[in-house]
Amino acid sequence: MKLSYLKYLLFVLLFVYACKKSEDVQQQITSFLGFQQPKNFPEPVYAFANNPITKDGFELGRMLFYEPRLSRNNTISCSSCHIQSSAFTQHGHDVSHGIDDRLGTRNSPPIMNLAWNKAFMWDGGIYDLDLQPIAPITAHEEMDEELENVLNKLRQLPAYRNKFKAAFGSGQINTANFMKALSQFMLMCVSSNAKYDKVMRKEQNTSFSTIEAAGYEIFKSKCGNCHKEPLFTDGNFRNNGLAPSAINDLGLYTATLLENDRYKFKVPSLRNLKYTAPYMHDGRFLTLDAVFQHYTNEIQATENLDPLLNKNGIRGIAINGDEKSKLLAFLNTLNDEEFINNKLLAEQ
Amino acid sequence: MKKIFLLIIISAVLFTACKKSENTTPDFDEKNLASLSVEFDNIVGGRTLTFNNTTVPYTNAKGEPFSISMLQYFVSNIKVTTTSGQQYTVPQDSSYFMVNGADKATRFATVKVPEGDYSKLTFVLGVDSLRSTMLVDKRVGVLDPAAGGGHSGSGMYWGWNSGYIFFKLEGNSAVISDDQQGDPTGKKQFKYHIGGFGGYNAPTINNIKTITVDLNTAGIARVRKGRQSNIHLFVDVMKFFNGSNVLSIKEHPNVMFSEYSTNIAKNFTELFTHDHTEN
Repeated sequence: MKLSYLKYLLFVLLFVYACKKSEDVQQQITSFLGFQQPKNFPEPVYAFANNPITKDGFELGRMLFYEPRLSRNNTISCSSCHIQSSAFTQHGHDVSHGIDDRLGTRNSPPIMNLAWNKAFMWDGGIYDLDLQPIAPITAHEEMDEELENVLNKLRQLPAYRNKFKAAFGSGQINTANFMKALSQFMLMCVSSNAKYDKVMRKEQNTSFSTIEAAGYEIFKSKCGNCHKEPLFTDGNFRNNGLAPSAINDLGLYTATLLENDRYKFKVPSLRNLKYTAPYMHDGRFLTLDAVFQHYTNEIQATENLDPLLNKNGIRGIAINGDEKSKLLAFLNTLNDEEFINNKLLAEQ
Repeated sequence: MKKIFLLIIISAVLFTACKKSENTTPDFDEKNLASLSVEFDNIVGGRTLTFNNTTVPYTNAKGEPFSISMLQYFVSNIKVTTTSGQQYTVPQDSSYFMVNGADKATRFATVKVPEGDYSKLTFVLGVDSLRSTMLVDKRVGVLDPAAGGGHSGSGMYWGWNSGYIFFKLEGNSAVISDDQQGDPTGKKQFKYHIGGFGGYNAPTINNIKTITVDLNTAGIARVRKGRQSNIHLFVDVMKFFNGSNVLSIKEHPNVMFSEYSTNIAKNFTELFTHDHTEN
């Protein structure tokens, strides 16, 4: 009697568990909506027609993003330097920390809103997202691997053979399919649910507090030219007056060899600053206070200094203490907690 | 009598057949394609190309001794012109080749062109700008960024600017210093990785060179079905150093993506001479 009661209980429990599991699966299937353009964002620039996002393609991309086999000794994955909880940057590292404890020369940028990016890397040398992963995979101080070796490693694994087949009819594990899958994952890394976005979309009656609203006004007049809404970057390359680094990184010039491009770097987005310190192309500023200090007092008159930072012969942007606290309040509305916690983008 | 008559007829038929295949130029028909190969026979001045020839090195115009350890270059966009001026451009998808000096099998660029007599050959040394900015799907075969390993090995793709290395020449020379200006590893290596397709967003250095070879003097190419016409070119690597721009290995032991590379690229058109055609 007792035993059969137990059995019954076990059966019910199993049933409940099974139910729960299938519900989860159900939820997962229905929750994949593909790429969606946020209502307050412009048209993306990525050519989706050539690489339509599918559930399988995205999931394959996610597997690859978290795959250490992309590196020479299978220790470093994309996610090593692009950590979701840090808005896909390498928090706490001024420059990226790669294979064999080698250090790069630049700060790891966020994988965020790339569908609106026209050029990639701090120096803009890469103009097609589908070709970007080759750079970190082959870089000596990042993954130090050859692309053909990566593809060969993946070809050995049934999980990848199946997933490539599901994602791309031919099932070929080749450069194009590999790159397209990674793009699909990266394109899905959309950060558009910060408080700012909800205010702009008038969602749930969200509105700025008084201090945030005041900060927003100051932002528009003093920062918004380069850090253009709603992406908070104009996508251009500018010299923001940093003193040249010890290695004299020339930025955009290294990709174009044009004198006018010396010391220009990509204007970074101001979204998710809470998670992405340190700041600048070489991570030299550890805090936002240091960034403000730079723009108000430390702008250097180097070649090609952006004219917006040198108006009427006065270098820098005048921001007083009161304005700074208002700006900080506004910048805080650009932090997107949903983005850094989005399970769809996490390692499975 | 009857027999003699038959013999005459047979001879006449044979003769006509002979005449047709040897001397008559077929009508130019873009659907009537036959095989044509261009042979890139790498030489170094008056010597054949040998690798790591440190015992008896080559010597350039500056008097610098050097040996070669790697030679690779892209040939693309092959175009031919008949003796009567008709042009044929080989379709892009079958017009990209990478010649690897260490692999004899890669010395032929074999294409299909209409039957005809050709007196002019044109090709691009490098990868044209359109192909340098193409979608990842189109980057297959020798243009696959995965081909040949990384750019520091035998790869021909620059990941950081999405362009190709058009011409890669590496070797050693005793004149190279052991400091930062030379080869700090002490191996006395020179590395010339010449590329630059003109830029995607803004105009940048463009080292794409179109080479035109007149075949009249050394023999036109008679392309016919069932035969293999082969345009045999000499590619004189010495001209890389001793062209109209004289290159000093000591002064420029490493040239990659830089303004100076345009001086070296100017020599590219001087590398190629037509030796003969096998019809």
